[in-house]
Amino acid sequence: MGGHGPAVKLGKDNATGYKSALGVKLFFVYLVVYIGFVAINVFKPELMEEVIGGQSVSIIYGFGLIILALIMALVYNAMCGKAEARLNKDLDK
Amino acid sequence: MIYDVSYLAVGLFLGFVLFVVGISFYLGSKAKSADGYYAAGGSIHWAVNGVAFAGDYLSAASFLGICGMIATKGYDGFLYSIGYLAGWMVALFLVAEPMKRLGKYTFTDALDSKFNAKSIQLTAAISTLIVSIFYLIPQMVGAGVLVEPLMGWDHWVGVVLVGIVVTIIVATAGMASTTYVQFLKGGLLIVFSAVLTIGILSRGLFDPDTKKGPFSTEGSESDKPYHHLKDYDATVNGGVLQVYGEGAGEYKFVKFMVAVNDKDASKNKYYALMTNKQDIQIKDGEKVSGYELETIWQIKDDSHSAFSVQGEKGNEKVVAVDGAKVKLHETLFKKTLTQDVTVGGVSTKELYNGAPKEAGLFFKVGSVELICSKELNEKGECEGNEVVKETGSLNPLSFLSSVRKSRIILWDKSRIIDGDNTYDIHYQKPTSGKKILRPGMKFKVGKTFMQNLNFVSLMLALFCGTAALPHILIRYYTVPSQSAARKSTIVAIGAIGFFYVLTLFMGLGAMTNGVINIDSGNMSAPLMALSFGVVLFSIISSIAFSTVLGTVSGLIVAASGAVAHDLLTNFMGIDFTDTGKVKAGKIAAICVGAIAIVLGIAFKGMNVSFLVGWAFAVAASANLPAIMMILFWKRTTYQGVAASIVVGIVSALTIILLSPTMFDKYGYLKSDAPWALDNPGIVSIPLAFITLIVVSLMTNGTGKTDEELEAENA
Repeated sequence: MGGHGPAVKLGKDNATGYKSALGVKLFFVYLVVYIGFVAINVFKPELMEEVIGGQSVSIIYGFGLIILALIMALVYNAMCGKAEARLNKDLDK
Repeated sequence: MIYDVSYLAVGLFLGFVLFVVGISFYLGSKAKSADGYYAAGGSIHWAVNGVAFAGDYLSAASFLGICGMIATKGYDGFLYSIGYLAGWMVALFLVAEPMKRLGKYTFTDALDSKFNAKSIQLTAAISTLIVSIFYLIPQMVGAGVLVEPLMGWDHWVGVVLVGIVVTIIVATAGMASTTYVQFLKGGLLIVFSAVLTIGILSRGLFDPDTKKGPFSTEGSESDKPYHHLKDYDATVNGGVLQVYGEGAGEYKFVKFMVAVNDKDASKNKYYALMTNKQDIQIKDGEKVSGYELETIWQIKDDSHSAFSVQGEKGNEKVVAVDGAKVKLHETLFKKTLTQDVTVGGVSTKELYNGAPKEAGLFFKVGSVELICSKELNEKGECEGNEVVKETGSLNPLSFLSSVRKSRIILWDKSRIIDGDNTYDIHYQKPTSGKKILRPGMKFKVGKTFMQNLNFVSLMLALFCGTAALPHILIRYYTVPSQSAARKSTIVAIGAIGFFYVLTLFMGLGAMTNGVINIDSGNMSAPLMALSFGVVLFSIISSIAFSTVLGTVSGLIVAASGAVAHDLLTNFMGIDFTDTGKVKAGKIAAICVGAIAIVLGIAFKGMNVSFLVGWAFAVAASANLPAIMMILFWKRTTYQGVAASIVVGIVSALTIILLSPTMFDKYGYLKSDAPWALDNPGIVSIPLAFITLIVVSLMTNGTGKTDEELEAENA
């Protein structure tokens, strides 16, 4: 009965706890920035028309959310990679 | 709208299909095990899987729907891009690695990993099937939409063709072939969208009256000159309109029409129905001489006092004040009759601008009214009203600031029911670039509570939907490790984010290049490509078509997994051999494919991105609370998970089916809907969370699975 468990055998990963805690923290950082975007639209939509440095706030914030996503993804990956190397060192031996 | 068949497009598309089917058979000969079929043996490289994620995710709705919505509604379409991408942060930070760690073939595995409970197996599999089928419908409809201009075939032919090809892809090699199809198509889509964007930027903004259908190849559809929008002055005289200006004498006034605004009479929209006699040419058919052509004109009355409405709802009569001076602006309209009329050998119930669509009178729209020059723009001196004929080539930032400083003619719609006939009238709405580059054209924000709630609800569903889509989640099982799952998510975020940035340029390009078919915004991106010539159009269209192929195959794998693995093997306890399980999966895939074909034909004409909105909302409501709470709340019970899935599905569907938008689709008035909420997320997602928490707390401590209870009772 069943048939659960990964399709391939996964090695033991000591970094799981660290990675999941880091993920939750970064998720909330992004969530706050995203809520900020939605909140401006709801409470002060005219702010979206304001121009800063030649572009409107809507463009800066919108593109900003996309670029921030990529930057945070790369940072998260780098930190996870380091943690895996550090915490799983003993497993490799 | 009628399109010319492009043999190049047919050739490219068929080439692509043959290639893909070839790959499928090759991989199919290698993948015989259940691991191979459902999860590509867990052997896909993370970079390939990342681009395949992009291929899975950038469905017809992303490419056709978002570009189309930006082209007609501006920034509001881009909100989808922002929300869809933000959803990937949920996938990366919270779901990617645990999903890989807990599951085997399907999303149900991960949910059920802790409990092994029948109720989870059943509800999660049903949820997978419902979400997959809702997601399948718009893809199939999209295939039909594309095949008409691409091949010149009927809608149903496109649907059947896609259904058969995809079923072959899936039934031969399952997840492995699906992955490579997605990889190929995702990569091509992004590359050629970038090419199209570069073309749009190099063209810049221009005054439509100075150009022919821009930069077209000779003899193609886009070689026609822009349709110059006509305006006339008119005066009310004895209850009828007298029209002045060049060519005005050809028009014979018939009657006034009105689209009544129930809440605010000052927002009533008045129109003039006039006829003029002209010769029309039916494409590949007869010429009709002296045809009495109906035209409808939007009446602009600056005094706001020339017109009023008398009589009861549904039987209104327009009263006009004698001597009032007004302006008339040309509209596009579709008249739907209850019985067929025959014009020039064509029998139809729908007349476009007064004639069958084959007459080609329903012109394309999208033009700039005022443009700020490039030089003035660079100096920062341009605030919108310096008129130039064209800007020349622009960089991405100066393109956006030029749009902001221009005024662009957008279109809005009135529906008037006139006896047995229905008129859908598209009227001109010149809009400042400032307004176009901020939310508010489609989703009214910052005004009423209900409008704000709708907006927040949409943004919530987009944010929560991605990490709950079964066909996205199963892709985590194709890679060898947790870190590969994470890395492939990052590749996906990079590829998808880049594509979404491009959607804004492609959409705004369509908006300003006179390529929009206002009756079907879905075609904006391919038609944008057509304005650069038939080669780019053929490439973009065949990629869009293969987009449908790829996404549908992913969905069918997910659905067949739900049937064969979750329902038959786990829930019903049928003990398959490894090859038996593959066979069951393939039979399930063929059945789901057949259902998708039928639904794709039945739902012809529904808006593609609207339907995808359903799938996202249902996925976010049914699946996300369950995934999140299993990962992060230790007291979650299997009863709580199952109840939350059921409540999520039922509440999301109920809200959608009784929403104002659906009432409009059913043919009723939007205001008759029981609530003003279109997007269910804000209600159904919290409701599913609350259900899970309450039921878990109530059942906590029992902590027993169905099987254990059965064993006790035995």
